[in-house]
Amino acid sequence: MSSENGTKMTGATSLVKSLEHAGVDVMFGIPGGAILPAYDPIFDSPIRHILVRHEQGAGHAATGYAQATGRVGVCIATSGPGATNLVTPLADAQMDSVPIVAITGQVASGAIGTDAFQEADIRGITMPVTKHNYLVTDAADIPRAIAEAFHIARTGRPGAVLVDIAKDAMQNQTIFNWPESLSLAGYSPVLDPETSAVRDAARLISESSSPVLYVGGGVIKSNAHKELLKLAELTGAPVVTTLMARGGFPDSHHQHLGMPGMHGTVAAVTALQKADLLITLGARFDDRVTGKLSSFAPLAKIIHADIDPAEIGKNRRADVALVGDLKRTIEALIPALNAEYSKSKPDLTAWWIQLNSWRSRYPLGYDHPEDGSLSPQFVIERLGKIAGPEAIYVSGVGQHQMWASQFVSYENPRTWLNSGGLGTMGYSIPAAMGAKVGAPDKVVWAIDGDGCFQMTNQELVTCALNNIPIKVAIINNESLGMVRQWQTLFYNQRYSNTDLHSKRIPDFAKLAEAMGCVGLRCDSRDDVDRTIAQAMEINDQPVVVDFSVHRDAMVWPMVAAGTSNDDIVIARSMAPIWDSQEL
Amino acid sequence: MTTKQTHTLSVLVENSPGVLARVASLFSRRGYNIDSLAVGPTEDENISRMTIVINVEGHALEQVIQQLDKLINVISITQLDPITSVQRELLLVKVFTTPVTRSQVLETVQLFRAKVVDVAQDAVTIEATGNAEKIQALLRVLEPFGILELVQSGLVAMSRGLKPGSISTE
Repeated sequence: MSSENGTKMTGATSLVKSLEHAGVDVMFGIPGGAILPAYDPIFDSPIRHILVRHEQGAGHAATGYAQATGRVGVCIATSGPGATNLVTPLADAQMDSVPIVAITGQVASGAIGTDAFQEADIRGITMPVTKHNYLVTDAADIPRAIAEAFHIARTGRPGAVLVDIAKDAMQNQTIFNWPESLSLAGYSPVLDPETSAVRDAARLISESSSPVLYVGGGVIKSNAHKELLKLAELTGAPVVTTLMARGGFPDSHHQHLGMPGMHGTVAAVTALQKADLLITLGARFDDRVTGKLSSFAPLAKIIHADIDPAEIGKNRRADVALVGDLKRTIEALIPALNAEYSKSKPDLTAWWIQLNSWRSRYPLGYDHPEDGSLSPQFVIERLGKIAGPEAIYVSGVGQHQMWASQFVSYENPRTWLNSGGLGTMGYSIPAAMGAKVGAPDKVVWAIDGDGCFQMTNQELVTCALNNIPIKVAIINNESLGMVRQWQTLFYNQRYSNTDLHSKRIPDFAKLAEAMGCVGLRCDSRDDVDRTIAQAMEINDQPVVVDFSVHRDAMVWPMVAAGTSNDDIVIARSMAPIWDSQEL
Repeated sequence: MTTKQTHTLSVLVENSPGVLARVASLFSRRGYNIDSLAVGPTEDENISRMTIVINVEGHALEQVIQQLDKLINVISITQLDPITSVQRELLLVKVFTTPVTRSQVLETVQLFRAKVVDVAQDAVTIEATGNAEKIQALLRVLEPFGILELVQSGLVAMSRGLKPGSISTE
């Protein structure tokens, strides 16, 4: 119940009061004509507003904030181009189930539909890339729309919600009325799985001799990492964590086989292929994990736990569906499993002998280039070792993203942030900014590519001016590296438009200095530790390190797009050598 | 291998702007084909009913229902079985007539329990309601006379008896 209920104010003030009531402590945005009424009360609000340099930065910052904290991230922009610049981060957040709310100004209600200056139908545009969205044309509707937007963004399967507010709705007088309760007739996420399904799942687990816990980003979204650890140790089953789940289960744990998928470990990929049961927890059988779907985990029965019923059976038929919050699902599964185990517990010894042999024969690895130039994997590995498992790592998209997932050891949830589903180049710098705002006591390292960095680096100005001292490692191979890797492998080394010349132009260290950051350079193996240590010492300014690395390094292992996981390649034209009994 | 089949979904939605666009956008984005779609008010002014006819195989139908149900403005989805529901389409058709054929056309109208709603010198306009089979049969019989213009509504449907239909999401 709000003490401000019944107070007369403008719609704009009502908007800002509503955001305060929703618990917002920070938002990222840029003012403009249609949103201008809101910026006047923002001036007086305790909510911290961070003035970014591009609306896309505001959106990804909101996402980084949300991923680092588990709270709803907020961004705000004006109508037309301000709003359309939010489309990429909205789609990005929605694909990765990140709770963000975007507020956009709209032209006055009377002008909507007339092609007015800076008019864009942002509700229509963002319909397919948001969980829900609103167009508010009446000041009286603002508090309810904001309350519903936050509720929808953070509950159920989290996602992106946009609230578009006409300028006159912000200018008109209204009586503030924060809703005490919400009733959304068409929205009531299921939190607890059916008891009979939990029993069925427990029975399948108790009958399986080669199970795998296939863990997705849902484990982090539902804060279920402790429960997952209990379940893993109770079952003794191997664990694989997808790109979105890295950190949801400790990398150091002996049951962890690493990441599955296109660039997963041989042990993780092969364990899924040979398993007789997949215990799927908050994962969605994405094509980058399954490879060719018809040949994915051909022997396995499927237990599929997800809060989104539409994920069940979307790509792979489930034998047992557990629809509910993952934390509560695992909490229900553990006693059911104990009951089954009291009758009999399967022996996984033979399974582990096989798993350990894959793991020891095909560990992740890389070579140092013969010409003495820097190995990108080595840089990232050292960064992970020196900054440690308490730091937050935020990557862009491409080779450096895969290496950052492979060669940094994650021990804690919300320490690995990346754009998994949409694969948004340019995500790293603004998302790292948002993460640092949400977790100011943590060291935040953006691990970015030279291609990605050139898409959104202007937010370093925002960081420098607003005391957001992130650290950036540019893995500079002067190429669009992942595309180049595919050109090497599949297009006869015809490097069409992937050479960025970024060792020549721009000078990243100078660019960093120009933006108010400390700029460092490193191009030899001997300097890596020293340079990272130097960057770790600087905590009053953002730091950018330009690591000049070998451009021909490739991400291995690899399952080529559209092929079977059985055809995993550990290095160029090198398939693992299987024992005949394994085939 | 399951084969494609026609399914009728009765979908209750909030009567708010943009709902039709959301449903249409979902179908287009996920690649589902709509055979017909009819929207109209219900006994509750805050709620509209969409009757959607789609042609998909069984697994895809489940996906359609689950994805539709994720839309915040969708309140409930009921799959209507043709046997336990009443399903109707409305047809208006203008048929060319001569003094010789007019009586034959009128006879057809009577046989199908349709109605003549307009008569002109060389044409009659016929209104008919019924299920898809009846409408198709009527059109087949009228075709030889010469169909000048035709308009047809989407299917509307309702379960028989007191209770709503078979599979419901809410």
